[in-house]
Amino acid sequence: MTDIEPDDTVDARGAACPGPLMDLIGRIRSAESGDVIRLLSDSGQSLTDVPEWAEEAGNELLAVEELDDHNEFYVEKA
Amino acid sequence: MTEHVVIVGGGTGGTVLANDLADRLEPELDAGDVRVTLVNDDPDHVYKPVWLYVPFGQREPDDGRRPLADLVDDAVDLRIGRVSDIDTESQRLEFHGRTPSVGYDHLVLATGSTLEPEQIPGLAEGGHDYYSESGATDLRDELLGFTEGDLVLSVIGTPHMCPAAPLEFVFMADDWLRERGLREDVDLTYTYPIQRVHGNPHIAEWARPLMEERDIQVETFFNAESIDPEAETITSMEETELDYDLLVTIPPHGGVNLIEEAGLGDDGWVDVDKHTLEAEAAENVYALGDTADTGVPNAGSVAHYQAGVVGQRLASEIRGRPATATYDGKTLCFIETGMDAASFVEFDYESPPSPAPPSQKLHWSKLAYNESYWLTARGLL
Repeated sequence: MTDIEPDDTVDARGAACPGPLMDLIGRIRSAESGDVIRLLSDSGQSLTDVPEWAEEAGNELLAVEELDDHNEFYVEKA
Repeated sequence: MTEHVVIVGGGTGGTVLANDLADRLEPELDAGDVRVTLVNDDPDHVYKPVWLYVPFGQREPDDGRRPLADLVDDAVDLRIGRVSDIDTESQRLEFHGRTPSVGYDHLVLATGSTLEPEQIPGLAEGGHDYYSESGATDLRDELLGFTEGDLVLSVIGTPHMCPAAPLEFVFMADDWLRERGLREDVDLTYTYPIQRVHGNPHIAEWARPLMEERDIQVETFFNAESIDPEAETITSMEETELDYDLLVTIPPHGGVNLIEEAGLGDDGWVDVDKHTLEAEAAENVYALGDTADTGVPNAGSVAHYQAGVVGQRLASEIRGRPATATYDGKTLCFIETGMDAASFVEFDYESPPSPAPPSQKLHWSKLAYNESYWLTARGLL
């Protein structure tokens, strides 16, 4: 378990690709620089989509937690 | 006692449902056991797919407007007004102005999407769109005189109405400019927020090679952050800057504020069971079309099919029978690939789309359906 404290959480469980990434982008859009957003997703595609986008946008993917029924991504806005 | 069904929103979903119920519940309506009320804030019904053709001078906004009173069965009470509050505890709706409040036994929310260009600095001043009547006519005035330079189509908001329409616009613009001998003088660029050219990977995989063949430049992972109307540039969160001479965007979308205020879901979309379309946070409330957060495209075909499901379920409930009809995610879209060719996709929750080879027949099928849509609105097709 990570001990990162997110500033906000986006629960995109149940949303099909590309819903989780779009939900994350929407929340990052309105976040402040330095805010950490936690994304909850049960779409396997997020494991590739989210790191690719975070790198492209210059945001830092601090951690990915792979849980039984979903994954959690911690992204810090640049 | 009379059971009262209230439908809020007279777009495709609400209108098809009102007529479906008028037909399905005819005996109960005749006997006064059931009332159906359709509420809309505009006396006209608006068929939005017409707007795609307006910038190319092929349709007029009036082609997509007809009075609701002409489309809705006389057995339905039509109320023109704007709802100001939904109370799902007391099952009442309040209205703006002097319109009296109304109680319901069954509520269906079909309030649809609204545009929120103000989310992006500079968008209202610098961008054009074909997602509103005024947007489509303003874009027409620019596009008809556009003969050279950078034409950028940027998808900003997702989810947005008609996910195929951005692809259709660039394919049509490409063909239209070629036909007029202007294509070599225009650079056409398409931007999309994620790493492919469409949200659905199967449609993206089909569209990308077509864009390459036709020299439509693509910028993926492009999430517009701001627009500078003076410098004519659009900049993304990913720090890519594009110059434009004519900027066409799909603006950010949202639902109506009433939904969030009523505690039914975020951003104006109602959290629903994606098969029964029942709201998760309240009893006796359904949502359909764009308003229902099902993850399927915001498309007229979806609202049409969902209206049939909700109609069956409401009729069962009113007659004291178990409601068994469910929505399977069925979506159907024509996709224009030029000015005289189109593709077609059909898919659902389980089966992915497989775009048909573009043909003139499919193009004419799309135009023919757009004309016969008025039969769909009446509940006949």
